[in-house]
Amino acid sequence: MNFAVNIPALSILLLMLSGIVCLVLPARGARHVADCAIALVCAMSAVLLFAFVRGQEVFTYSMGEIGAPFGNELRAGPLEAAVATLFSVVTLLSILGGRAHLRTDIGKKKVNLYYISVLFLLCSMLALVYTNDLFTAYVFVEINTITACGIVMSKEDGYTLAASMRYFIMSLIGSGLFLIAVSILYALTGHLLMSDIQAELAALYAQGLYRAPLQVAIALMGVGLSLKSALWPFSSWLPDAHSSASASSSAMLSGLVLKSFIFLLVKVFYRVVGVGIIRTHAILDLLLVFGILGMIMGSVNALFERDIKRLLAYSSIGQIGYIFCGIGLGTVAGVAAGLVQVAVHACTKAMLFCAAGGLMDASGGSKKFKDLEGAGRRDTYAGVAFIVGTLSMIGIPFFGGFITKLSLVTASVEVGGWRSTLAIAAIILSTILTAIYYINVLAIIFRADEQTPTSAREKLREQWNKQMRLDTEYEFAIVLFIILNLAIGLQSDRLMDVIRTGLSMFG
Amino acid sequence: MSYFFADLPEYTAMILFGIGLSILMLAKNLVKKIIGLNIMDTSVFLFLAAKGYVENTVAPIVTPEELGHIDSALYSNPVPAGLVLTGIVVSVSVTAVLLSLVVRLNEEFHTLDIDEIIHILRKRDREDLK
Repeated sequence: MNFAVNIPALSILLLMLSGIVCLVLPARGARHVADCAIALVCAMSAVLLFAFVRGQEVFTYSMGEIGAPFGNELRAGPLEAAVATLFSVVTLLSILGGRAHLRTDIGKKKVNLYYISVLFLLCSMLALVYTNDLFTAYVFVEINTITACGIVMSKEDGYTLAASMRYFIMSLIGSGLFLIAVSILYALTGHLLMSDIQAELAALYAQGLYRAPLQVAIALMGVGLSLKSALWPFSSWLPDAHSSASASSSAMLSGLVLKSFIFLLVKVFYRVVGVGIIRTHAILDLLLVFGILGMIMGSVNALFERDIKRLLAYSSIGQIGYIFCGIGLGTVAGVAAGLVQVAVHACTKAMLFCAAGGLMDASGGSKKFKDLEGAGRRDTYAGVAFIVGTLSMIGIPFFGGFITKLSLVTASVEVGGWRSTLAIAAIILSTILTAIYYINVLAIIFRADEQTPTSAREKLREQWNKQMRLDTEYEFAIVLFIILNLAIGLQSDRLMDVIRTGLSMFG
Repeated sequence: MSYFFADLPEYTAMILFGIGLSILMLAKNLVKKIIGLNIMDTSVFLFLAAKGYVENTVAPIVTPEELGHIDSALYSNPVPAGLVLTGIVVSVSVTAVLLSLVVRLNEEFHTLDIDEIIHILRKRDREDLK
């Protein structure tokens, strides 16, 4: 038996264990344990991905070797391995990129608790990626909710507390709907393992039995998970929660947490409900329409925003719209385009949030546009990161965003009909809006700051230079993020290959 | 009518779920919201427990003497009970985190009303702009 099949279970357990160990460690120790654990998980996920590229078969791993229906299973294929690698790498870089802020935002005494949250957050996301059992998925959805709110509220000022309360309540509504949908599916089929439910549902559907409860379950799943992944009309909690949190929390929330629920939704649609039933189902059209509305509304809101982190948060709503648009098209190409967007947006938005943290440092901690003038000149790393991020978000060739838009347009042309017209029009409109507000940000952060009096400017620069010496981790993270973005843009063929093969083995 | 009574726990569960969800969404008081959340979770447990209950059966606990010759039709399904237990654990921990968050919010804003908290924050924002 080769070692690679143990990796999913090992990485989940390792993260849990190191989270528990962090509880009794001082800040410094917790930091090292968290770094090592996450780096190790990155390495293991990469090994697993590499094994799949080299021809490893898709496998299911039964925990404790207790078989179905009482046992608990993990399942891994190329797609799962790729998503797990992406999640762990981006988590590691986000922590490195926002570490300086953790000292000021959270305080030394509580920092180890923050690392517990991060470790369990990554653990729950990997569990959502790998699990083959719906009820386990529910449990990890709740762990995800608690830890995600934990990393928001850890910066205990009034804004974050209120924002995390709203986030918590919306998330709980989402997970409540998910739970009742799981119960209904269990009542219909008598199974909790995804593959068993799928087989049973296909049989029931062929006989024409229990169509109405199945509709209800699919609708509840769809609404519950899109609440948690901030599809447009349900996204009112997102800007507050993501903009008020500490830099690395924002990066992880916007880059990863939303994506983990989208991945779960794709899993529910294609592995639980099954391709045959979902392809003809109206919920895909609903997701498509709301995704398209989200693409436009997110960009329009971002256009009028004068606060850099809120702008990035609204931009996330728009980018999530792209993913739902791809899923809503319902074809393999559409879902593949959505998943490419998951990867691209995870890297780009996490980088932008880390860079926004750097820009805020360079302008005295303010995130308002009027204070950020010239910040990109003071902190060149963040400035370059913003240029790369902007190019990627707009969709310039050689950057990730171009691949998403290209594959999304190709997929929607294949589908044809009103869907393709609507999708292409929305992509064009939202690209123009995205270009306008991101270029506006670039214009502000690279403005030669003549209005600011020289003495104040010198003071800011001096303050910044003092911080610079402390913070090689931040520079390292930003450089790696930029390389990651370029790599995704330049190696997009390989990424597409992995996603396509992964999707073909998904059923 | 007998049909209705056969599914009574399920109907009750769905009605309770609706009540809990509406309280969670509509109540202004944060503590009431948490109570709504608990009603919602409990209704799902009722639903699951009702699914696990089969009439004229006993709990699936088997003594060593019975081991060789079991008629599985005599026992009720143990999986829903396991799910309910897991669900209760999750629900308790979520409630604990929420209550602690409410305590912090109350220290910060001296109110439990979510609308009032948002109002206070808006006022602070406006003062910041000046």
